[in-house]
Amino acid sequence: MDNQRRKFLKMAGATALAGISAPAVVKLTASPALASSAPAGHGAATQDSHAQPAAHGEEAPKGVRLGLLIDMRKLYGKPELMDKAIAACNKVHNIPHYDDRKNEIKWIWKTPFENAFVDQSVYHSSKETKENDFLVLCNHCDEPPCVRVCPTKATFRDEKNGIVAMDYHRCIGCRFCMMGCPYGARSFNWFDPRDNIKEYNPKFPTRMRGVVEKCNFCGERLAEGLEPACLEAIKETGAIVFGDINDPNSEISQVLAKEHTIQRNSSLGTKPSVFYIV
Amino acid sequence: MIEKALKGNSAYWMWLAFLSAFIAVGAICYLRQFFIGMGLTGMGRDLSWGLYISQFTFLVGVAAGGLMLVLPYYIHNYKVFGRITILGEFLAIAALIMCLMFIMADIGQPLRGLNMILHPTPNSMLFWDMVVLLGYLSLNLICGWVILTAEKKQVKPPKWVYIFVYISIPFAVSIHTVTAMLYCGLPGRHFWLSAITAPRFLASAFAAGPALIVIFCLIMKRVANFDAGKEAINKLTTIIMYAALINAFFVCLEFFVGWYSNIPGHKHALEYLFFGLEHGGHVYNNLVPFMWTSVFLCFGGLLLFGYMKIAKIDNDLLVGLGCLAIFIALWLDKGLGFVFGGLAVNPLNEVTEYYPTANEIGITLGIWAFGFALVTILYKVAIKVEQEVEGH
Ligand code: SF4
Ligand code: SF4
Ligand code: SF4
Repeated sequence: MDNQRRKFLKMAGATALAGISAPAVVKLTASPALASSAPAGHGAATQDSHAQPAAHGEEAPKGVRLGLLIDMRKLYGKPELMDKAIAACNKVHNIPHYDDRKNEIKWIWKTPFENAFVDQSVYHSSKETKENDFLVLCNHCDEPPCVRVCPTKATFRDEKNGIVAMDYHRCIGCRFCMMGCPYGARSFNWFDPRDNIKEYNPKFPTRMRGVVEKCNFCGERLAEGLEPACLEAIKETGAIVFGDINDPNSEISQVLAKEHTIQRNSSLGTKPSVFYIV
Repeated sequence: MIEKALKGNSAYWMWLAFLSAFIAVGAICYLRQFFIGMGLTGMGRDLSWGLYISQFTFLVGVAAGGLMLVLPYYIHNYKVFGRITILGEFLAIAALIMCLMFIMADIGQPLRGLNMILHPTPNSMLFWDMVVLLGYLSLNLICGWVILTAEKKQVKPPKWVYIFVYISIPFAVSIHTVTAMLYCGLPGRHFWLSAITAPRFLASAFAAGPALIVIFCLIMKRVANFDAGKEAINKLTTIIMYAALINAFFVCLEFFVGWYSNIPGHKHALEYLFFGLEHGGHVYNNLVPFMWTSVFLCFGGLLLFGYMKIAKIDNDLLVGLGCLAIFIALWLDKGLGFVFGGLAVNPLNEVTEYYPTANEIGITLGIWAFGFALVTILYKVAIKVEQEVEGH
């Protein structure tokens, strides 16, 4: 979409519509609870942020940027919920299962705080921090190093919605993106993954040997108006919130505005779109 | 000219047959990898670059090292290198072809390799690396062949070829600089994220390349009646000494930055490489013996050269040993330590050690053997031409 049109949509207070191929955005951002907030205010807010881009030393948001927020408070002491979210992702995306770390493929997984947040101190960390694992996945960075290094554009940032996506048919398997990603979010198919898929989901393509893969923010589900599978699996807890972080009226933006959140390795300038409340 | 490679004594053919055995094994190993998967290597999710990429990195250096012959001869008109400049160019050709083979061995979808050209991506350093490597390969093919042909016909090389010779000089620097940039621009890879990576690569290249050439010269003196000349060898060992010293100096600077700043990320890789890294109650140290061997060989070679120069000793065997020591030291440092060390600690602060598998080593040896065979053939052609001309 060209900028002109994007701007128009913003002005019209219809930012949500910008994700045309992603009706879920429409759904999420136009949920009844949020619809009650004045639409005029929405338009004004967007305009405001256009007018004063330097207010917080941040750039004015442009277009839709999907983000995901994990409220770890709702998951502490309940690893089974995290496993449920992980299993949901594995199932819908035909992620093969390997027992060894070497060949492992994972889009979302659990890891201790010190591994998830390597630039945060764990000196005298709280009991909760120490005893719990944290959910990690691709951050769909706004400045993704994986995209910067890819020699074939097989991994690219979808300008419509900020998703960092993959083209499995173009990837040459050089694994340069795995070197570039400072979150270990990417996996390589060392063997033919099809032999190790437990439960085949015909609605999502399987990958071939020799290509890289990672979380795709459930782009295929969004297109059908569904929410990310990991979110849906533990929806009752409200631990995962998904939506357009550039739209101040989306649920995720409202949580972000209220709560103190952290991001993984924010000092590296990758601008992650995944946020944590810990 | 190539027909010169088809005539040789039995030693020549034995040597090529010996190499062919390795090439055959490598080819079989590669077919296994091609049909079964990259999982046959020791690489994994956390350590997803290994022996292939590290050999590639090292060999780019060997190719760039030829610059230490080309530059003095063509720019400074240093006539002593006249007989061996072509060896630098031909070594570069063989090393670059090995580089391309290692890249093909490393990528998961080799049949899609052309995607790099079909979808050129200027923001990727790998794209630029391909551009400069192919450029440098073409330049060396053109210069080497044209100059050798002219020599055979006993005429002066055409003027236009000098343009390519001069262009090849910045290209030699660029291939290793861009190769360093593959590593040194990645956020979250602390060991590589150092501006000194590129100069360090160049310094070690300017020692490793000439060291290999000296070794080849000494071998050819015995088996092919080819004498590079005392002065040329002497000058080369001086160049090797300086370059190896500068490389060692750069490594020391890395140590200083790591330990004085006391930033864990800057120390981890060096700790892992040289002392063993303790993590979660386990000490990871599988590369420590290799790195210390590298240190001792490097300084051993330097001391030997220093002593020989001061005492004015001239002994081919000692020169050869010194060069071999320094070459192996630099191979251990860059062809193993640099890549594996930088990957041992992953972005999630988990430590993984790398052990190449037999299949992977088979492919690696096969490509090295192929490179040696290529060098043998190219050098045979070059020497025969020179000897023919001199015989007239
Ligand atoms: S988390 Fe890694 S893979 Fe995901 S967008 Fe950022 S750099 Fe790329
Ligand atoms: S492995 Fe595939 S996606 Fe990753 S950098 Fe290479 S071509 Fe791009
Ligand atoms: S957003 Fe979708 S693809 Fe990403 S981890 Fe969740 S379920 Fe998996």
